[in-house]
Amino acid sequence: MTVNTQDEITDEILAIEADARRAVEAGGAPELHPRRDYAPYRSSLLRHPTHELVRVDPEEIERVSPAFGHTDVSPLESDLTIAHSAEPLGERITVSGRVLDGEGRPVRNQLVEIWQANAAGRYVHKRDQHPAPLDPNFTGVGRVITGDDGGYSFRTIKPGPYPWRNHLNAWRPAHIHFSLFGNAFTQRLVTQMYFPSDPLFALDPIYQSIADPAARQRLIGTYDHDLSVPEYSLGYRWDIVLTGPKSTWMESEDAHE
Amino acid sequence: MSDGRQTPSQTVGPFFGYALPYEKGWELVPPHHPEAIRVHGTVFDGNGDVVPDAILEIWQADSAGVMSSKRGSLKPDGYAFTGFGRASVDLAGHYAFTTVKPGATSAAAAPSVLVTVFARGLTHHLFTRAYFPEDVQAHSTDTVLAAVPADRRSTLLSVPDGPGSYRFDIRLQGEQETVFLEFNE
Repeated sequence: MTVNTQDEITDEILAIEADARRAVEAGGAPELHPRRDYAPYRSSLLRHPTHELVRVDPEEIERVSPAFGHTDVSPLESDLTIAHSAEPLGERITVSGRVLDGEGRPVRNQLVEIWQANAAGRYVHKRDQHPAPLDPNFTGVGRVITGDDGGYSFRTIKPGPYPWRNHLNAWRPAHIHFSLFGNAFTQRLVTQMYFPSDPLFALDPIYQSIADPAARQRLIGTYDHDLSVPEYSLGYRWDIVLTGPKSTWMESEDAHE
Repeated sequence: MSDGRQTPSQTVGPFFGYALPYEKGWELVPPHHPEAIRVHGTVFDGNGDVVPDAILEIWQADSAGVMSSKRGSLKPDGYAFTGFGRASVDLAGHYAFTTVKPGATSAAAAPSVLVTVFARGLTHHLFTRAYFPEDVQAHSTDTVLAAVPADRRSTLLSVPDGPGSYRFDIRLQGEQETVFLEFNE
């Protein structure tokens, strides 16, 4: 298999973005999500369905969601810097925000999971072969249950960018993986949060798999000086908006307590 | 501030294995539960090769057709049925859940398990449903099955392959590509 250059991948990225822009100029709705069929991200080639998805009304299974609570998650799990005997290396940060539904209502008492590379860009995963150092004081996994305002907050360190094998000299921009649940299973979302002004954005086929520039910018956290803690950590804010549900919306677990 | 617009999906990537799986995530009931069944299968790509880095979630009603609102999915205690499970595939692309056969959630609906697929290379998760072959009668009134072209419906039917065991293979692409669902809001 030929290994493509960054320029070849970038040309493919720009061609798809132009195609999406023309569709919007012709009156189409901007694409909210990445294309599953997105050739610049080579691993997608054999892993996207070729049939149209079958559109149906959600039934009861899809209109409700698993309930998670403080029986599932310890409050300590939101601090990724305290899981070991000493502090991890890297730039200490907090990432805070709110999880909202499509109507702007808070998604309360729901599970947020994150995972990330360490400050050197290495994951604690046996298939990660990047020869950057592991940090004995950093695993990079966190969980939290959202509050009554849909709010969440993690303390961690800023992850490093890392190389991968999509093409020659491919590097992922620094990111934190997020997994989210809503009040309905249709709202399920797995995504990645990025950091402002990363020079790798334009080059990265995963970030660029969202063809609409405004949509992909919604994955970038905002530096928020008010969230920085003097002489301790830098603060980023990132709000997450799930799809719907418009039809039946129910208060989750403690609404009737 | 949120601009009120949806946050886009991104791939789960290859490195979720130390983060998303949790102990007994695949056991919605313990294997010795009197009604325990196994729902298992293999995830294939468009070449027919196994996908060794996918992670699946299932979400279903209990055997009476009731959706649970119990907490505790992440710490299965062997007693509370929450209806949620999560399992990564092994290096052979194989996953397996131990659960109970769900009851129907309404008079017209056939019993089914909602299956969500995440994988490296998949930029946005995929939803599908696993139905059970013995519920032929109910399949004829199920509105989701009715929306699926008849010649593709069999991809949503699990295949019995032993006592209390159902195989539900997932083909992301190609011949016999699994039917994936998109839900209206």
